[in-house]
Amino acid sequence: MSNAATFDTRTDTAIPVESPLAYSYRRSGAPRGSGYRLKLRERAMQGHLILRGGAIVLDEAVREVLGISLPGKPQALVLDASGERSIQWLSPDEWLVIVPGGEEFPLETQLRERLGDAHFAISDVSGGQTVLELSGEAARELLMKTVIYDVHPSNFPVGKGVTTVFAKATTILRRPSEERWELVVRRSFADYCYRWLLDAGSEYGVNVEQ
Amino acid sequence: MFYIYCPYCGEHREEEEFHPKGQAHIERPKEPEACSDEEWGDYLFFRDNPRGVHHEMWVHAVGCRKFFNVTRHTVSYEILETYKMGEQPSITADSQSQAREGAAVSQQEGVRA
Repeated sequence: MSNAATFDTRTDTAIPVESPLAYSYRRSGAPRGSGYRLKLRERAMQGHLILRGGAIVLDEAVREVLGISLPGKPQALVLDASGERSIQWLSPDEWLVIVPGGEEFPLETQLRERLGDAHFAISDVSGGQTVLELSGEAARELLMKTVIYDVHPSNFPVGKGVTTVFAKATTILRRPSEERWELVVRRSFADYCYRWLLDAGSEYGVNVEQ
Repeated sequence: MFYIYCPYCGEHREEEEFHPKGQAHIERPKEPEACSDEEWGDYLFFRDNPRGVHHEMWVHAVGCRKFFNVTRHTVSYEILETYKMGEQPSITADSQSQAREGAAVSQQEGVRA
């Protein structure tokens, strides 16, 4: 076990917690309408971990602890059977793990124990970013005018995820299933991205699920 | 706009995602203490500014955030190849000029025939 200092960011103390978009909902509202073609939903308060290190060492540990194999191919995204836990390739020695909220600290501890003295780094970035989920028939159309990356199904199949530019902000764009797209944005950009999505989606009709 | 091939991501990506970082293959002197002022000054401040083939370092800033090398033509801006850090370029100014001489010779032969 490494001697890195770790702590659970979720405490038992009663502190009011708000999603990064709580302010945006109050300020810009959350439109709900019938006849919409775009559905927007925030997957807030999930656990985000960045894993860094050698692919082979990490793969063994992740497979044992999480039950998913580490994607070795560039731009790959793998999900577990329930679709709630995912690992995404970010760079040749870096992966993003997203798990349901509250699972990230036990996972980090287990991984650290399993990895022992191997050369690796695990950072909990849960507080730094949030996931916006787009679905509906107009989701791809909206991305086409906002993202510089080619989102045509031939270039962006299910199980792919890229770090790219979304409306001038750095974003991780991923496609976990046929009809869903996920944007992983920095929490400081969440309001900006949310308002951009409302504006860009107004022509299709947006429905925001809270 | 360029589509630049990132050797780490394994695909072409938009130019907006990249940043140029200057001349490639600059090696820090093994023993800085043993360098003359001129050698150290050359290492720190002086860079090539060729007309033609130039090897540069670029970073995939929005993306995998890895540095890699680009061989670029400074007149036509054409990117001739990209390769990972620590690798050697397959296209150099010498190989380009040899290819051009070869082409010129065959053209002359063509005229003669």
